Amino acid sequence: MLALSTRALTKTYHNGVQALRGVDLDVEQGDFFALLGPNGAGKTTLIGIVTSLVTKSGGAASIFGYDIDAQLERAKSCIGVVPQEINFNQFESPMTIVVNQAGFYGVPRREARQRAERYLRQLQLWEKRSGAARGLSGGMKRRLMIARALMHEPRLLILDEPTAGVDIEIRRSMWEFLREINERGTTIILTTHYLEEAENLCRNIAIIDGGAIIERDRMSNLLRRLNSETFVLNTREHTAQPPLVPGFAMRLIDPHTLEVEISKEQNLNELFAHLSTLGVNVLSMRNKVNRLEEIFMRLVENHDA
Amino acid sequence: MLSPADGDAPPPPLAEHGAGASVPSLARIGWIGFRTIVIREYGRIVRIWGQTLVPSGVNAVLYFVIFGGLIGRRVGVIGGFSYMQFLAPGMIMMWLINNAYANTVSSFFGAKFGKHIEELLVSPLPNWIIVLGYTCGGVIRGLLVALVVTAVSLLFARLPIEHPIAIVVAALLTSTAFSLAGLINAIFARNFDQVNLVPLFVLTPLTYFGGVFYSVSMLPGWAQKVSLANPILYMVNAFRYGFLGVSDINVPVAFALTAGLTVALFLLSLTLLSRGVGVRD
Repeated sequence: MLALSTRALTKTYHNGVQALRGVDLDVEQGDFFALLGPNGAGKTTLIGIVTSLVTKSGGAASIFGYDIDAQLERAKSCIGVVPQEINFNQFESPMTIVVNQAGFYGVPRREARQRAERYLRQLQLWEKRSGAARGLSGGMKRRLMIARALMHEPRLLILDEPTAGVDIEIRRSMWEFLREINERGTTIILTTHYLEEAENLCRNIAIIDGGAIIERDRMSNLLRRLNSETFVLNTREHTAQPPLVPGFAMRLIDPHTLEVEISKEQNLNELFAHLSTLGVNVLSMRNKVNRLEEIFMRLVENHDA
Repeated sequence: MLSPADGDAPPPPLAEHGAGASVPSLARIGWIGFRTIVIREYGRIVRIWGQTLVPSGVNAVLYFVIFGGLIGRRVGVIGGFSYMQFLAPGMIMMWLINNAYANTVSSFFGAKFGKHIEELLVSPLPNWIIVLGYTCGGVIRGLLVALVVTAVSLLFARLPIEHPIAIVVAALLTSTAFSLAGLINAIFARNFDQVNLVPLFVLTPLTYFGGVFYSVSMLPGWAQKVSLANPILYMVNAFRYGFLGVSDINVPVAFALTAGLTVALFLLSLTLLSRGVGVRD
């Protein structure tokens, strides 16, 4: 069954900006799905249409088979959404915010309080449940929005930049939490600017640019398409010139840092052997950019060209 | 890992999500959602009681002392009642109107401004439930303030109750109508200035010229005719009739017009919200 299906979805704003140009997108139930794109690509508009915050100009969309035109209330009851911007009443307490949210989805108050305890504890907000939400840190506010979105235990959770501005430790904890939620049956659609996040979490991916889907594939398939990767090598020896290694184009970044692009056909053993004969010892190595980021940049650049 | 959390009791396990999760019926969602909006609005009124309930009581005291006590003595008797007795129902109605309006306009616009209106817009609640919920919030504040002002007025005048049902119906209809009017103002408003413009330049003049402080029979003929276009005149007189048993205008007509206005405002606010005016892109 499809958790989300859109057909020929279009949106033109009053100022004439065409945000979506006929988007066809299917997301399977149970998937952990990445929706990526540069700023202004149409991600938030697409999410806005699905959650009814934005009125579509044309096309169709359905959530678990419920058409958003004919069965909007039923469709919306399946969705939990974590928006990009903080959008809770900052004068209310976290407890009040999440309990009220459950009420808007028909969860009785007593049950809502039990769920609130569960999710506020899970997201390390239980101790902060009583004070005004404006006193929470940025990371806590993001986690509160996740707790709020889970209160009615939605079948589809849409996360629009959920970890923006969150420190790395909390971000990784949130990844674990989201993985667990997904394993328990919730379909998750994630938009993020942290491509490492998408690569780590998501099984399928769509890239949107200029209001159109320009790529849709399994994450593993997409990563396999990367023909070459750029590595950064840290060397023990002080180097004035980039070493001359046949078949490898090397650049000197600084006296202890080299950059090299390696294609699928080449192998690293060969490179290290050459460097070793030249008396260059490599202390550590890393990808210059995340692999998904590299593919993403190439796809978007090709599309824009 | 975010769980287990907070060092005290281990968190309960995550619930099973997804296909197996039971979904309440739309009727149940609507009823619980409506109650939740009303509870939230009531909570807001009580939480900021210093802004919502107290000022009207303080202002009512000032009005009674200055208009009722000092100036009213020179006015004499109106319709067989002292000026203070004549003034009291109008005063109660004036603060009821102001507060019912102020509650929805500030609460709904605040939700728009803070973006937490999106909590409701993305929920499965139909628009008519959202309109009813906010309207009930305004009605509750209007009635609570009416009780406060009634208590204040009893310090200054003995207030007869001739037709209690008329009092209740007039209070409910009027607070509903102005609660809806406040909602419409909030739907259109784009900034705080626009929230304040209507109460300042429309609501206050209509209230002051709506027979709160005087009987329209004291006006010249042309002014009496102009006053008939003011809906607040009908509401104040219907309410005053409930207390004193006297009215400047036909009471059934006053109730019919107020009820008609309420229905029209409900339909207008529902249409605006359904079209996404001011709240959806």
